[in-house]
Amino acid sequence: MSPSPAVPARIKMEARQLSLLYGSKVAVKEVSLALPEHQVTALIGPSGCGKSTFLRSLNRMNDLIPGASHQGTVLLDGTSIHDRHVDVVDLRRRVGMVFQKSNPFPKTIFENVAYGLRVGGMKDKADIAARVEKSLKGGALWDEVKDRLNDSALSLSGGQQQRLCIARALAVEPEVLLMDEPASALDPIATAKIEELIHELKERYTIAIVTHNMQQAARVSDRTAFFYMGELVECGPTEQIFTNPREKRTEDYVTGKFG
Amino acid sequence: MQSQGLVETAPVAPRLSSAARRRQIREKVIAGIITAAAFTGIAALVLILVFIAKEALTLFLDAHAREEASLSKMFLPQVVRANRPPAFVWQPVSNVPKVSMIPLFIGTLKTTLVSMVVAVPVGVAGALYAAEFAPRRLREVLKPTIELLAGIPSVVLGFFALMVLATFLQDTFGLPTRLNAVVAGLGLALAIVPVIFTVSEDALTAVPRSYREASLALGATPWETAWKVVLPAAAPGILAACVLGFGRAIGETMIVLMASGNAAIVSWNFTDSVRSMSATIAAEMGEVVVGSPHYSLLFFIGVELFLFTFVLNMVASTWTRRVLKRLTGAGA
Repeated sequence: MSPSPAVPARIKMEARQLSLLYGSKVAVKEVSLALPEHQVTALIGPSGCGKSTFLRSLNRMNDLIPGASHQGTVLLDGTSIHDRHVDVVDLRRRVGMVFQKSNPFPKTIFENVAYGLRVGGMKDKADIAARVEKSLKGGALWDEVKDRLNDSALSLSGGQQQRLCIARALAVEPEVLLMDEPASALDPIATAKIEELIHELKERYTIAIVTHNMQQAARVSDRTAFFYMGELVECGPTEQIFTNPREKRTEDYVTGKFG
Repeated sequence: MQSQGLVETAPVAPRLSSAARRRQIREKVIAGIITAAAFTGIAALVLILVFIAKEALTLFLDAHAREEASLSKMFLPQVVRANRPPAFVWQPVSNVPKVSMIPLFIGTLKTTLVSMVVAVPVGVAGALYAAEFAPRRLREVLKPTIELLAGIPSVVLGFFALMVLATFLQDTFGLPTRLNAVVAGLGLALAIVPVIFTVSEDALTAVPRSYREASLALGATPWETAWKVVLPAAAPGILAACVLGFGRAIGETMIVLMASGNAAIVSWNFTDSVRSMSATIAAEMGEVVVGSPHYSLLFFIGVELFLFTFVLNMVASTWTRRVLKRLTGAGA
């Protein structure tokens, strides 16, 4: 919990009256939420409240699900991401994502990180190697894997795999990083490493993180948004949400009365 | 052991209840039945092998057969006619039987090669399309339709190759021989495309969705995702599909028998007629004198066909294991 900055932060990404539907089922209802630049915004709420769906809509990963549709707008630096002139591949290079279950490719550690660079058109081997090293350092994994970059990524431990996935997402130098419960499958030590990493990353990236873990939200985020039944109940500085929420439902949830 | 401040229990001998005993017996009986079923299959395979090998073995044991069809006569060029260079000739029914295997090897190789060159790209590309790009509705139609193609009797495919394909190719390209390796190979391709397609499609669909999501989230296009992530991840399954297709192509008889021309010619020209190993067995087994060297020879061809597929399977599974090991990092 860092003190809220005196100067109001610039809004990097913003959803306006965003509704998300699977077929005719409404998963997210008219949510308006802003992600301030260089801050961590935590999305919390009970299972099935739509927070993951919301997160996935920010880089249009929901497009992949048959029958998914949206109403309302999402703005990235003031431009609608659903505009006809926005290419979804470009969008995803600017808005990266780390998934709940670590999903490294069945390739070497090096190739996992280099993949995004290669599909992005980077050809020069030295450039790629330099960026891979930088990204692995950024993912706090370099020291552990620098001697075995050509080993399979699947030989890493769960926590290492997840940091590899973060490094892989960092390699393409996105502006926004979306994290969908990145530590939910990890032990406490690996979780602590990821949280530490999130602290360092927010200097350069705008981060949105979905988490089920209240303490984690309190530890890593500047702002917290509480979702319930597809609606955004309350959003504000993390300190306020956890100590002095405006809504009764928020208070019940963060104090563990339900969820 | 320390008591840890707790009261220790005195040891009690275990007693098996009658329900537990019945349960155990039932499990044993079921396991026994399943094991027997599994070994019946293996036993059938072994018995077939033993039978064929036994018939082929006469070739090496019987003095008359050894003279008429020695290994050198089978695999080395022989002087067939005076004043001509030695050649490979398959003419087992003759005053002086000529039993060179080489024309048959070449025939089988040519038809199989043509069929694989056509069927592997078509089958794998089709599977990639169905698994990655086809809209769901189309995919639900596509897969059963292609699988239906696998159900067409090979004699029908052979008939199609014989009547339609052969005429079309001859008219279009002005080929001197109507029935040739290309016609037979294309007919074979019709038979093995569904095999390669189905198995490849299963392998591609089995690639976890998380790989695709990870790739797309890194800014890869659907095509890059399919080509660089999904296809390599499914490589062992696709190889298995190709080996299965190869096994079918090398052993398939009816299509080749009908559409290849059945002339045992030694040439690398794909528009010459060919005689494959399998078609030779089918065509000659009906008229052969049981127990004659020719009879044993046909069984020997069967053994060779089996060896080819067996060796290829071995090579493929070794390669697959190596790839899997590299992919997962562990000795999987």
